[in-house]
Amino acid sequence: MSDIATTTDAKLMEGPAFVRGQPLAPLPPPLAEAGAIGWMRKNLFSSTLNVVLTIVCAALIVWLVPPLVKYLLIDAVWEGSIRADCLPRPDRPEIGACWAFVIDRINFFTYGFYPIEERWRVNVFFVLLAAGVVWMAWLDAPRRDLGVIYFFVVMPVVSLILLLGWPLVGLAKVPTTSWGGVLVTVVVSAVGIVFSLPIGIVLALGRRSQMPAVRLFSVIFIEFVRGVPLITVLFMASVMLPLFGPETWSPDKLLRALVGVSLFAAAYMAEVVRAGLQAIPKGQYEAAMAVGLGYWKTMGLIVLPQALKITIPNIVNTTIGLFKDTTLVFIVGIFDFLMTIEAARVDPNWATPGISTTGYAFAAIFYLIFCYGMSRYARFVEARLAAGDRR
Amino acid sequence: MEQQTTGIPGLKPAPLKTGVAVDLIGVHKWYGDFHVLRDINLRVTKSERIVICGPSGSGKSTMIRCINRLEEHQQGRIVVDGMELANDLKKIDEVRRDVGMVFQHFNLFPHLTVLENLTLAPIWVRKQLKKQAEEIAMHYLQRVKIPEQAAKFPGQLSGGQQQRVAIARALCMNPKIMLFDEPTSALDPEMVKEVLDTMVRLAEDGMTMLVVTHEMGFARQVANRIVFMDEGQIVEVNEPKAFFDNPQHERTKLFLSQILH
Repeated sequence: MSDIATTTDAKLMEGPAFVRGQPLAPLPPPLAEAGAIGWMRKNLFSSTLNVVLTIVCAALIVWLVPPLVKYLLIDAVWEGSIRADCLPRPDRPEIGACWAFVIDRINFFTYGFYPIEERWRVNVFFVLLAAGVVWMAWLDAPRRDLGVIYFFVVMPVVSLILLLGWPLVGLAKVPTTSWGGVLVTVVVSAVGIVFSLPIGIVLALGRRSQMPAVRLFSVIFIEFVRGVPLITVLFMASVMLPLFGPETWSPDKLLRALVGVSLFAAAYMAEVVRAGLQAIPKGQYEAAMAVGLGYWKTMGLIVLPQALKITIPNIVNTTIGLFKDTTLVFIVGIFDFLMTIEAARVDPNWATPGISTTGYAFAAIFYLIFCYGMSRYARFVEARLAAGDRR
Repeated sequence: MEQQTTGIPGLKPAPLKTGVAVDLIGVHKWYGDFHVLRDINLRVTKSERIVICGPSGSGKSTMIRCINRLEEHQQGRIVVDGMELANDLKKIDEVRRDVGMVFQHFNLFPHLTVLENLTLAPIWVRKQLKKQAEEIAMHYLQRVKIPEQAAKFPGQLSGGQQQRVAIARALCMNPKIMLFDEPTSALDPEMVKEVLDTMVRLAEDGMTMLVVTHEMGFARQVANRIVFMDEGQIVEVNEPKAFFDNPQHERTKLFLSQILH
């Protein structure tokens, strides 16, 4: 009870009995608690340590942001077609980022060596993928059950035909060796995500299985893959995969990397999903069994929908890691986005002292936009789930 | 939706194939070294209402959970309406389909609406059409008096409402036998009555029921027989009047003196 209430009530309380006739009206909070000054005092200058931290952070911002803006925007070169445009001139002694180079080579960064007249196929693939991602990520989207089928079955098959070509339907074959750039990065990431989640779910279920053989296999697989760096997995997939087939069989180089990345990500997904499975109370299993649902229906209808929902932030986290890890496929000779920048920056047409920085800055911005987008999405889902729990 | 009383199957409890609903014959169970059920013998006939009571840890819940195989017994026989519970998984699922269960903590599926909670098993296990399953579900929601909550999620309901949904969920499978595992123990006091009323009405319809509960008023009103358990054994079985007015066993007398103040 507040002070005001106590004083007014005190008179009433003198008698033996007290009944409140009217509810007390709510009062506004004290002024120091609200407004911008109140906020700053509470959040930025509440203690000595906080004051020091505030000053240090402000200094960091002042130190870092202006040069960055100067380099990326003010001194940047936006127009040009040869390296001379990005060299210092008397009228322009300081040269920032050479965006002219990025603009000039953007198609190379996007498609690699994909034949120019076939590049529309890549664009269609990007659109199909974007549609699938939106369908899956938009939680209130209509017919999300169809969305799952589209994302995990229809889209992969159509994309494969589209990108690889199928002469029977009039699409010329494009060998994966000429794929490159963002296309490869997106393909490797998408395949990694699309395959690692289902495989990860199966492994997670296997690790919690009653059957010792299944459990043992899952544990060995997960622990082995998790205990080995991705580069090693990629090398093994690249060198060892052909050994499992007939002698003449030489699987596609990109395929080997895809298998490696998918299995690697699956091991991590398995642990993420397992954490979600463990959060589901025993009563849910019992209730499902009590109405006669078998193991697969219990898992598919009751346990996994709940477990996956609470692990969405962690799944996205693993996805972000996977997306960045795909840069490592260059080690087995695949031309991903970062490799196209590597190749372009030493191109004599553009090679200037500052061009590498520009290339890497562009790569950093590219990865930052995608990863930050995913991270924001994870936060949004988390907030929504928290709201769902409150109701 | 208006009240429908015709054209929906499963208004009455499904008929038993045999006169004996549940037969427990010399059942033993151990948790590790702990002998939790000791030589349980109990025969429940058609439409009989059995209330099981006893101190905590006496094996009451374990016993009824053995009847639909949520717990495995290690010795003796359990026969549910002529079907013996053995290690045959098919048989176990068959028994579970015919035996409804209501839990202490409701165990509703939180990611599904009330209506979806009710129709899930009929659609996926009984292979009913969605429309038919929803009609039956609405019928039972009306019987537990919360048809207006059909579109809500379990988390939005009060404890008493959730437990009534749980009872309706079990009924939607058209069970022959209903098991209740302390259905009112997790409820706020003012919600106990609405759940007990639902159970009384179920009993009046002739449902075979086994109820683990401490609600002695309910036991007196509804039970045909009361089973008193202690330390994993059945100590006393008697009709309610005799059980309360003239308990035979010392342990029963002590228990009753502790809960009926």
